[in-house]
Amino acid sequence: MIEITLFHYLVLAAILFTIGIFGIFINRKNVIVILMSIELMLLAVNINFVAFSSFLQDLAGQVFTMFILTVAAAEAAIGLAILVTFFRNKGSIAVEDISTLKG
Amino acid sequence: MIGVIAFYLFAAILVLSALMVVSARNPVYSVLFLILAFFNAAGLFVLLGAEFVAMILVIVYVGAVAVLFLFVVMMLDIDFKNLRTEAMKYVPLGLILGGILLAELVMVYKAWPQTPMDSLSTIAETLPQANNAKALGAVLYTDYIFPFQISGLILLVAMIGAIVLTLRARPGTLRQKIAAQVDRNPADVLSIQAVSSGEGVHHD
Repeated sequence: MIEITLFHYLVLAAILFTIGIFGIFINRKNVIVILMSIELMLLAVNINFVAFSSFLQDLAGQVFTMFILTVAAAEAAIGLAILVTFFRNKGSIAVEDISTLKG
Repeated sequence: MIGVIAFYLFAAILVLSALMVVSARNPVYSVLFLILAFFNAAGLFVLLGAEFVAMILVIVYVGAVAVLFLFVVMMLDIDFKNLRTEAMKYVPLGLILGGILLAELVMVYKAWPQTPMDSLSTIAETLPQANNAKALGAVLYTDYIFPFQISGLILLVAMIGAIVLTLRARPGTLRQKIAAQVDRNPADVLSIQAVSSGEGVHHD
């Protein structure tokens, strides 16, 4: 009889986090997919939090999951707003073009 | 047993859809696979006995964030073909760095002091409270009231920031000026004239 332990959930979250990192690397030009990869990484962190909360019988993990959800929603809203404004001004969302601050 | 099968099903679909998110050619497909990933993560949360967070995940992520992504992807007129031309160039680097990170994380988990891992193999069955939302509310509104208020403030700042960033005054468009409409005085624009029959209204 196999049983699902905390280790299973932690490995799953690690795989998901790694996919997020990998997504940032292979989508170097597309900011939208980079933002989605960041959402995947935050989801991995949330899975860690909820798994620990469930296995340690402590609700604090689930409370912090909701805070992370809040910050993720705010980050997505602001990031996409910046993206829309940038596209309006430059007509492109390629990461290479975002170099105005370099001078 | 059904829990084990459900875990592996949800986990497999979650990982596969996450891979599709980062590798799909069209960002619209990426967003749709992101939605699938969130649904499967919500399923995992239900398995862990965190129903409230699972439902919040579906509502917030699928209902708000993913739809926001979808809107932006469809609104911006971007040539996505061009954006992927050099994608294959970065695959080896991404694989190496991702592999290193994954190996590190798994090693950390393996080297974990064994006590928590062994004694914590049971979930859900032994949860003291049947009502997850009630228990979460009892903690959230007492011990965590200050962070809760701060997160509300973060959302307010994000909302105002997003509005300020995307608001633009377009020259040459006709806009309703409500103040001017309310300010209009009937005496200035209306006059009663006695019109005799056979003649038109004299207008100056």
